[in-house]
Amino acid sequence: MSTETLNPKSEPSRWSKIWNSNMGYSFRRNPVAVVSMIVFLLIALASFLAPLIAPYDPYDPAQIDIMNSEYPPAWVSGSLPEFVLGTDDQGRDLWSTILYGTRLSLLIGICAVALQAFLGISIGLIAGYVGGRLDSLLMRLADIQLSFSTLMVAIIFLAVTQAMFGTDTFNKYAVVFLIAVIGVAEWPQYARTVRATVLAEKKKEYVDSARVLGFGPMRIMVRHILPNSLSPIFVISTVQVANAIISEASLSFLGLGMPPSQPSLGSLISSGFDYIFSGSWWITAIPGVVLVVLVLVINLLGDWMRDVLNPKLYKG
Amino acid sequence: MSLLSVRDLTVKFAMRDQTVTALNGISFDLAKGERLGIVGESGAGKSITGFSLMNLLSRPGYIDTGKILFEGEDVVQMNDKRLRNLRGNRMAMIFQDPMVTLNPVLTIGQQMIETLMAHRKLSHEEARQIAIVKLREVYIPSPEERLEQYPHELSGGMRQRIIIAIALLLDPQLIIADEPTTALDVTIQADIMELMLELCQSNQVGLILITHDLGVVSQMTERTLVMYAGRIIESGRTREIINDPQHPYTQGLINALPQQTVPGQRLKQIPGNMPGLASIPAGCAFNPRCKYATDLCRSRVPEAVHYGGVEVACHEVQRLNSDEDRQEARA
Amino acid sequence: MSDAKTDRPLLEIKNLEKRFDLDQGFLETLKFKQGKIVRESRSVHAVNNISLEARKGEALCVVGESGCGKSTVARLVAGLLTPSAGEIHYGGQRIDNLPRAGMQPLRKKIQMIFQNPYASLNPRMTIRQALEEPVRHHYPNASAAEVRDKVTEVMLSVGVDPSWAKRYPHEFSGGQRQRIAIARALTVDPEFIIADEPISALDVSIQAQVLNLMLEAKESRGLTYLFITHDLSVVEHFGTRVAVLYLGSVCEVADTATLFSSPKHPYTRALLSAVPQLKDDRPNHIRLKGEIPTPINLPKGCPFQSRCAFADARCKSEKPKAIHQPDGSMVACHAVEEDRLDAVAAG
Repeated sequence: MSTETLNPKSEPSRWSKIWNSNMGYSFRRNPVAVVSMIVFLLIALASFLAPLIAPYDPYDPAQIDIMNSEYPPAWVSGSLPEFVLGTDDQGRDLWSTILYGTRLSLLIGICAVALQAFLGISIGLIAGYVGGRLDSLLMRLADIQLSFSTLMVAIIFLAVTQAMFGTDTFNKYAVVFLIAVIGVAEWPQYARTVRATVLAEKKKEYVDSARVLGFGPMRIMVRHILPNSLSPIFVISTVQVANAIISEASLSFLGLGMPPSQPSLGSLISSGFDYIFSGSWWITAIPGVVLVVLVLVINLLGDWMRDVLNPKLYKG
Repeated sequence: MSLLSVRDLTVKFAMRDQTVTALNGISFDLAKGERLGIVGESGAGKSITGFSLMNLLSRPGYIDTGKILFEGEDVVQMNDKRLRNLRGNRMAMIFQDPMVTLNPVLTIGQQMIETLMAHRKLSHEEARQIAIVKLREVYIPSPEERLEQYPHELSGGMRQRIIIAIALLLDPQLIIADEPTTALDVTIQADIMELMLELCQSNQVGLILITHDLGVVSQMTERTLVMYAGRIIESGRTREIINDPQHPYTQGLINALPQQTVPGQRLKQIPGNMPGLASIPAGCAFNPRCKYATDLCRSRVPEAVHYGGVEVACHEVQRLNSDEDRQEARA
Repeated sequence: MSDAKTDRPLLEIKNLEKRFDLDQGFLETLKFKQGKIVRESRSVHAVNNISLEARKGEALCVVGESGCGKSTVARLVAGLLTPSAGEIHYGGQRIDNLPRAGMQPLRKKIQMIFQNPYASLNPRMTIRQALEEPVRHHYPNASAAEVRDKVTEVMLSVGVDPSWAKRYPHEFSGGQRQRIAIARALTVDPEFIIADEPISALDVSIQAQVLNLMLEAKESRGLTYLFITHDLSVVEHFGTRVAVLYLGSVCEVADTATLFSSPKHPYTRALLSAVPQLKDDRPNHIRLKGEIPTPINLPKGCPFQSRCAFADARCKSEKPKAIHQPDGSMVACHAVEEDRLDAVAAG
């Protein structure tokens, strides 16, 4: 690897470069993008700092008292002042649980997308660059994969693993299983997009020029084509993170995801669902709102990014 | 009265951080049936001139000041309805890439007949007959069959002929052709040039030919404007400009052609690049590339003066043309 | 290379052919014709049986109109495409069938300059990265300082300020980018350069600068060029020998001076007469009938017959071979061979 060590003098100008670039400019000019970014950063920051911010640790059974269960949020009568957003059915502080749950949801979403991206980008690059039979084979695989819905694949896979390893082991490794299944189920999204971009980039003269200079296919793919195919990858990544969070929530809601002892947003919503008719609406509603807001801002950011990076809309 | 009279046309582009001037005080006239060439390199403002004449500029470009009098009427002040009547009917435009102008999902016939029926009160059959006559005029074999074809079924040269036929459809007074032959092969280019010349002469149609190719201008036009960084720097009869250019840029442009040097010798190149619109130097825009530049050139924009048969915007035109090299080159 | 081989051309192209299949895959080759399903694959005959040679220090120009196969020839020689038939020899070694590893030493010797300077540089690499990459690749043992010195030396030689090295290609004009592209090709000290329309995307005043640069490089580095262009005035200035291509076949090969003073093939004559001249008012060119046919279904016989004023029955049935002329040129034309051409023109 011959990575250029950056001159420390050029470091500060790099930020101003980004700020003054087309992307920085259109970001500043787009209030929706700015607000979405702020909300997203707030949620992300709060959830990743959960151990510091949260007043209670929902994973610590010693801090949970079942007698505290189903207290309403602070603004409803009958609440306790120490539980701002109330408590859930097990007596956990809802505010703390949501913080930890959001952290899990984001973690699973981002890691699953990282896995999708790794698989999809590698397969897409190879299919697009090598072409021919290998391309046909990989793309038919992608078609087959796409013809099963993510949820269906995930449900079958998770149900089988749950039965195989037993609930206890499954619950222990639930995060890993969820990342793996969501990651593997959606790689064709990346592979197709990357392949299409690679096909377009491959025709450009800089790729020919690299070939004439005798560079190997690996180098051409990774150093030359990939950096020029990043725009669509960024765009789908945002959408995919939102989708992965929803998938995780859906699976957890169906009882195939995170266990109630280690709740993500989805399993929180699910556990509160049983109490909705007994009047404890907040256990479902508040995590639900957080989930909706999180997914919404990510999608809004994705929309903005697509508008900026889409070469057809972008006027140079 | 001249057909077209442009006075002090200034076009600006409102960019993100600043407003740049793309055309700076352009003035010229065109008589009825006259053929005028506008020469310059990319970024000189020649295409923007063409677009401005039809008031076709779109954001972020706009006409800042100036008048474009076409048959005595100011194009800049026209409302949309009059502009529609102007475009196509009295003024037509031919672009470099015929595929952009022709609609790929309509047949040639549909496009021609629709244009005719939109502007004239004609029946479909009458319009069809006119279309056939126009296609014959541009030497398209079996025009009746061509009317049924789609643009992609035709070759590049054929398409450009059809574009010309469409431009001539409503008998305009003026045709603005922006690099009409650049995308074509040499042998086809020669045919198309000959055709355009013939049609302009026989129908008394004015032509504004925008091109970077001095050879094309030399063969097609009577008068020429040379543009540099948004200004006209030299204008006059084409023969005068080609044979005895006065402005150092025009001289450089002509001398840089490979035909002007003994094969294998170093070409007489102009150093440097045309400045970007955002960074046009003070004074004469050409001064950083000009070996005759003085302090005056660096501070004041030269006015056009009459010299040696042409109008030329250069402070040093007298001195440089008494220069020994120059005398030699001319001899 | 030993001196004994100097009489041998540096580059030899022998009976080169390239077809591009239009119908790929089995299903696409199935056609429905006259009530029957037949298997038929169409292909574009981009290059048909071309033989050319370039001697050391020469600038061999290949001219022709769009679709004549000139760029395909360049890409075949550069190893970007594999020939369908025929051989390419460089310095006495056959290169068209070499594997990638075997090609490596030749990659240093044969370099290419492309038409579009806006596409031939990787937009995400700084100038320094783009220029250092080939040096590092071909001289893996060179130290960082050596690489830097080499790049600086090449940048200076093409007139690019070394202090620009940190910038990205989009910050430069077309002419500057083409200089950088040339610099990139020169970093590995090649001896043979394939230039595919290197100046046609540039402005007139910049064209002269780039042509001068290429001439200088030719002299100072002893380069041999394969120069692909459609611009005959550039050929006259730059080329030592010219090959005129039409529809994938060679019409005429001659020394530049010979070709421009006495063109023989009817197509060469038409081409020369069509170049817009500065000095005469009246265009007076030889009109060709029709337009270039598609290279999908090539006519039998001479490829130029459909547009040639001298075509007769023999031209329609038999493809002419290149024949040596007294002045050293090679012309593939029955009419020239039979001496019909000037007889008709005179009569």
